[in-house]
Amino acid sequence: MQKIIKILILFIFLFVIGIFYISLKRDTNYDTSSLINKITPEFKIISFDESNFYTRDDIKKNNYILINFWSSWCTPCRIEHPILMKLSQTKNLTMLGINFKDKNTQAIKFLSELGNPYDLLAKDKNGKQSVKFGVYGIPESILINKDLIIIQKFVGPLSFEDYNNIIKIIE
Amino acid sequence: MKLNLFIFILIFFSQFTFAAEKTVDPNQIHKNLRCLVCQGQSISDSNSDFAQTIKLVVKDLIDEGKTEEEIYSFMSDKYGDWIVFRPEFNIQNSLLWILPYIVLIFGGFFIFSFLKKRR
Repeated sequence: MQKIIKILILFIFLFVIGIFYISLKRDTNYDTSSLINKITPEFKIISFDESNFYTRDDIKKNNYILINFWSSWCTPCRIEHPILMKLSQTKNLTMLGINFKDKNTQAIKFLSELGNPYDLLAKDKNGKQSVKFGVYGIPESILINKDLIIIQKFVGPLSFEDYNNIIKIIE
Repeated sequence: MKLNLFIFILIFFSQFTFAAEKTVDPNQIHKNLRCLVCQGQSISDSNSDFAQTIKLVVKDLIDEGKTEEEIYSFMSDKYGDWIVFRPEFNIQNSLLWILPYIVLIFGGFFIFSFLKKRR
């Protein structure tokens, strides 16, 4: 009986240590893995000029689509903008920009200052559409293929490494 | 006796009526969803931009007639299981759900055998 108690205490001790080890090592930040390889959710988002709506069917005209969530009040969006401008020159990629919780005048000013890299421009006034894409902050970008499968999700501003990565995928 | 039977039937069927009328409580859902941009706060506790958006989406989903479980499933689908304070049972978290019962059974067995031996 004494032996069983000792083994049991040792087991509980190792178990607690194990749980602490796994928990401390685990990245509790938002993980995009739940969206990768999934089909793009159905959406209906109003165009920036409010003249029409964009749906999934509108974005699958090219081999790859990059959906970028941005705003004029977001400083990291300014940082990634030159990369978006470079990506806009690639032929194999359609870029859908979703202006997130922004004022129209400020968004227009932002694009006239830094350039408009988007083939399609939409807006998400209250952020509800962005939840469909698992967005929790901006900037975020989602790379989708022709079959509307999400290939990659970029949380935060796109880096040059991300740029090279995207180019490698689409070419 | 007849009166007792009448009261029993009345209470029994009133339970069904309440069950049928039970609506999805958004506050309950907000409490069970984690604010991903906050430090240990639920959507209910937080006033962050993210929490405000999630509250709007939850309201829309309730208006569409989605159940509480369907709303949690939708959120898990978009943000992973981390967003739900009480994750659904799956292989990854099976130990979390099963372990308390295993501990309870072994603990009970241990106490029982310990007491038996003392007698």
